[in-house]
Amino acid sequence: MKNIRILFAGTVFGIIMVKSEAVSWFRIHEMFSFQSFHMYGIICTAVVVAAVLLHLLKYFRVRNLDGGEMVSPTRPRLYKAAMLGGVVFGIGWAFTGACPGPLFVNLGAGYGVMIVPIAAAVLGAFVQGLVRRHLPQ
Amino acid sequence: MMEDLLFEPWPWYVSGTLLGVLVPLMLWLGSSFGVSGNLDSICSILGADRFSDHFKFNLKDRIPSLVFILGGVFGGFIAANYLTIENYSVDLSPETILSLHGLGITDASGLQPGQLFNWQFLGTVPGVILLVLGGFMIGFGSRWAGGCTSGHSITGMSSLQLPSLVATIGFFIGGLIATHFLLPFILLP
Repeated sequence: MKNIRILFAGTVFGIIMVKSEAVSWFRIHEMFSFQSFHMYGIICTAVVVAAVLLHLLKYFRVRNLDGGEMVSPTRPRLYKAAMLGGVVFGIGWAFTGACPGPLFVNLGAGYGVMIVPIAAAVLGAFVQGLVRRHLPQ
Repeated sequence: MMEDLLFEPWPWYVSGTLLGVLVPLMLWLGSSFGVSGNLDSICSILGADRFSDHFKFNLKDRIPSLVFILGGVFGGFIAANYLTIENYSVDLSPETILSLHGLGITDASGLQPGQLFNWQFLGTVPGVILLVLGGFMIGFGSRWAGGCTSGHSITGMSSLQLPSLVATIGFFIGGLIATHFLLPFILLP
C-alpha cells in the first residue's frame, strides 16, 4: 500500500516536471544564461513552500503514515564534497539539460535516447563509489 | 480555464508550489524527496556491492525511492502524451532563442531540442560529450555531493541545511562554466 501511494506521488512528480518544463534542456540553458525568471521562480517557490509546510508540520508534531516523526534526512557536513561534487554535477546538468529526476521523466516522455545518459549516470555513481575514499570530503 | 491549466504549460508559481508540497508529502508517506540515491541503489542491484562497501546497504529501505522514480517515468509519459497541446513549444525568452541560434541550435520547437536528443547525435563527438560524459558527471557529481537538485536544492535547503546550500552553489558554478565556456566549444566546430 505504501509503495502504491509512493508510485502515485512519483507519477504526480513526473507530470509536474513536464508541465513546469523543468525537464526541458531549453529551460536549463535559459536559466544558466540568466535570460528568464522561470526556473528560478520554480526552485525558489518550491523551497519556500516546502520550508513553511515543514515548519508547520513540526509545530503541530504531525506524524507520518508509519507513525514516525517527519524529519528531512540530515545531510552530512561534508562541505568540500558538496562543493566539488556540486560543480561536477552542475556541468552534467547543463550538458544534458537534466538532473537525475528529469533523466527518468524524459525517458517516460518519449525521449528513448535518455537511456544512454541514465546508464552513464549509473556508471558515474559506480565509479564515485569506487574512488570515494580518495576524494576530498 | 481548468482545461487550459491541464493542457497548457504551467506558470512557475503553480509548478513551484506543487513541487514544494511534494517534499512534506514524501515525508508523510514515510520516504523522502530525493532522486540521485537511486543511482547507488541501481548500482547495488547490478552487483556493485561486490566491488565496494559503499554499495552495501539494505536495498529494502531503498525500494520506496525506486518506486517514486518509476512513477516519474509514468508521469512523464502521461504528461507528454495526454496533457499537452498541438505544436507545443517552450515559451523561451527571445534572447535565449537568439543565443541558441549562435550555438547552431536553430530548431527551438518542442519540449527538447530535436537536434540534440536523438540517436544520430550520439554518433558525433559533441553528442558523446553532452549525453555520455554529461550523464557520467551527473552520477559521479551528485553522489559525491550527496544529493542532486531534489535532495539538496529543494529538500535540503527547505530544511535549512548548510551543506545543501553549498552544494546548490556548486551546481550553479558548474552549470555556469558549462553553459558559458564549454558549450560554445563543444557545439561549434
